[in-house]
Amino acid sequence: MMEYEAPLVEVQNVTFSYQGRKHPIFEEMNFSLEREKIGLIGPNGSGKTTLFHIIMGLLVPRKGAVLFKGNTVHDEKGFQELRKSIGLLFQDADDQLFSPTVLEDVAFGPLNLGFSPEEAREISRQTLSNLGLSNFEPRITHNLSGGEKKLVSLATILAMKPELLLLDEPTNNLDQETRFRLIDILNNLDLSYAIISHDWDFLEKTTREVYAIEKGAVTQCERACLHEHHHAHLYGDHPHHHED
Amino acid sequence: MIPEYFSYTDSFLHRADPRLKIVAAVSITVVIAMSRSYITGLCGLVLSFFLVGFARLDIGVVARRLLAVNIFTAFLWLTLPLTYGGETMEFLGFMTISREGVAVAALITLKANCIVLAFLALMSTSPVSSLGHALGQLGLPEKLCLLLLFSYRYIAVISQEFQRLSRAARIRGFTPKTNVHTYRTYAYLFAMTLVNSWNRSHRVQQAMMLRCFNGRFYTLHPERLTAVECVVFGVIMTGVFIMAFWEFWKLQG
Ligand SMILES: Nc1ncnc2c1ncn2[C@@H]1O[C@H](COP(=O)(O)OP(=O)(O)O)[C@@H](O)[C@H]1O
Ligand SMILES: [Mg+2]
Repeated sequence: MMEYEAPLVEVQNVTFSYQGRKHPIFEEMNFSLEREKIGLIGPNGSGKTTLFHIIMGLLVPRKGAVLFKGNTVHDEKGFQELRKSIGLLFQDADDQLFSPTVLEDVAFGPLNLGFSPEEAREISRQTLSNLGLSNFEPRITHNLSGGEKKLVSLATILAMKPELLLLDEPTNNLDQETRFRLIDILNNLDLSYAIISHDWDFLEKTTREVYAIEKGAVTQCERACLHEHHHAHLYGDHPHHHED
Repeated sequence: MIPEYFSYTDSFLHRADPRLKIVAAVSITVVIAMSRSYITGLCGLVLSFFLVGFARLDIGVVARRLLAVNIFTAFLWLTLPLTYGGETMEFLGFMTISREGVAVAALITLKANCIVLAFLALMSTSPVSSLGHALGQLGLPEKLCLLLLFSYRYIAVISQEFQRLSRAARIRGFTPKTNVHTYRTYAYLFAMTLVNSWNRSHRVQQAMMLRCFNGRFYTLHPERLTAVECVVFGVIMTGVFIMAFWEFWKLQG
């Protein structure tokens, strides 16, 4: 008998609105993330970042629930468990890198997970070297360039050995070289992830499926549609249907 | 960006335990600042020069730092000899100046240079981050150390944010003048910077929570003292103690 495997994380019937806003951003919305590599695309302000923050428990929906491996997450404690398995890469790397040196920042997660300083140091070294960032270890974080900051913040999350990555507009303000490097890194990761991006070309190179998020609903974009978009309008970020 | 000119090169002092360096720098400063005699001051200056040489600092940069300090002491040289009173002596044949005023100005100059050199050699050779951790290990309250570390990390970011806002204002034709409009605009800029920083601190806290932070900081650097470090700093501290005893003995005598 085939065993039913629950999606890694799911949001069920979630209604959410920011304080002081009349119209909810999501109403009774459903969305699930399996173990796969997907892209999320949608116009500015459509709630992509909000959705990620709800999944991570940073925002609490008015109604509905977040399910982690099939179980409803009830409280902060549950989300703490979830955060060990799901890593979120923020839009602005300066928010993510707060330690003075790169090595300390990468080791922050492992230390919190209970590893000893020696083990944390080893894990961080390994993670940085896997990303080709070995020579960054002693660097002072605020002296890094924008692209370097992005790669290091990815390392800080990978050091926690998550099962799923959520990346919020990772190619924003990224130079071409770092962008290619990121594509390379993501393709070589044996890990599931969901990427928010306006960069069709980037999504095409890094993900299998792309979902569109608009007016509080998530719909699947066809592969062909993604391809067409890429050639038709490189920076078009409004999801829409192509009628045959 | 905060340039740390001296923390990039390498020397024994660069590698030495920051705790020892902090203790040494603070003791030298206290003894020299309290001293009343030239001999202590001169000994201190010799010690400081020795430390600067030991740290192999770039002489040009050191000279520039000393220049900055001595612009300040130059004002003392301009005012103290004329205003200090007491015994006077002739100067350039046409005016009289205070002998004690000259003496005090000289002592202050000596002390100031000595302390600055000691700090350049001992403190600026450690990155601020390790100084922050070292202060914590020396018993400074954790909150203060974190305040230091986070300020150090985010001052550059906050200043960038302010510059971005003021650039936006300038692009729309804002030129600072002495009028209410200018004051109000600057007030807005400051206020917006505050709001932005507040929001950023909130996001940083979220980022920390996402990486399983639960209110406790674990350090990656359990520093261990080496024998050589202990000996070298033992010698330095002995010198400092001798200077302190000399001062004390002179006071008694
Ligand atoms: N902290 C907040 N308070 C109030 N409204 C917010 C807040 N953050 C975002 N919003 C609003 O919620 C909507 C969705 O934001 P967001 O999830 O950041 O969109 P996206 O990431 O898709 O661009 C936007 O209209 C935005 O203005
Ligand atoms: Mg967003």
